[in-house]
Amino acid sequence: MFDSLLKLFGGKSESSSEKAHKRLKFVLIHDRANVSPEVMEHIKNDIIKVISNYMEIDKQAMEISLENDADAVALVANIPVNRMRPVSGRKH
Amino acid sequence: MSEVIVITSGKGGVGKTTTTANLGVGLAIRGKKVVLIDTDTGLRNLDLLLGLERRIVYTLVDVVQKRVNYGQALVRHKKYTNLFLLPTSQVADKTAIEPEQMLELVEAMKSEFDYILIDCPAGIEQGYETAVIGADWAIVVTNPEISAVRDADKIIGRLQAANKEIKLIVNRIRPQMVKDGTMLDMTAIDDILSLECIGQVPDDDKVVDSANRGVPVVESKDSAAGDAYRDIVGRVCGEDIPFKELAPESFWQRLKHVFKR
Repeated sequence: MFDSLLKLFGGKSESSSEKAHKRLKFVLIHDRANVSPEVMEHIKNDIIKVISNYMEIDKQAMEISLENDADAVALVANIPVNRMRPVSGRKH
Repeated sequence: MSEVIVITSGKGGVGKTTTTANLGVGLAIRGKKVVLIDTDTGLRNLDLLLGLERRIVYTLVDVVQKRVNYGQALVRHKKYTNLFLLPTSQVADKTAIEPEQMLELVEAMKSEFDYILIDCPAGIEQGYETAVIGADWAIVVTNPEISAVRDADKIIGRLQAANKEIKLIVNRIRPQMVKDGTMLDMTAIDDILSLECIGQVPDDDKVVDSANRGVPVVESKDSAAGDAYRDIVGRVCGEDIPFKELAPESFWQRLKHVFKR
């Protein structure tokens, strides 16, 4: 309903075939890489540990995923930063 | 030179057997000597689609277990006398045929046929290995739906690991939905699976109609799916045939269909 309203007012909404295209690309990278959700969770937690030494991050909003760029697979992380930690507070 | 092609899919019900039957008849129409081997033991259907279900005496299982020669099990098509079916058993299960037995059989048949087409069971469990082992290359059939594309990728991974060349057929495309942006088109599926496509077959009522009669749609001149299959047959034979744009039915065509019913 909202989608058709958007279309009516000239707003751009993604078609379902475009959505299918994106979702399949995502899921096939994971299928092919054979990385279990558990391993992804471990990677995520390790990244949090390292970054938290330097910055305060929003752990809930953080996302990591595998993405296909041309012929290479990349690990892409989106990590919202709340604030920097003071220099003295950094653990070495 | 004989060519052995396995037709496979991942997901069931996408049109593997229909594709096998149509390619077989299409190649036979071009004068090639063709044998179709059904390896979907226990769930055979290729005989039905070809209208040969009442002429089966021996099966693939009898052949690999050396009860009869393959020549005795072959069913010759009445209309296309250079087309043969090697049916499988409807009572045995997929453990009845070992991959090595199948390989031996396919090698033995190569001297006699131009094309050996092997109809593979769905899935990657029992029966897959048997169907694939003797093939020179593979055709993966998929539908423009997310589940069929994902399952196709799984099979593609397996085939690539076995060093088989793969070509893709996208079956049951609905041009109007593609135009509306509600269905994946061939280019998108090519991109997702990174494979060369040798055919896009539109969803066509005639496919069901012709299956009912046991006459593959590739024979009918007034069918969009039949056109698509004839193009695929040409590409399998190595011809460079450009892809036709699949057009949604016009208002007049739809009206014509309404009056036909």
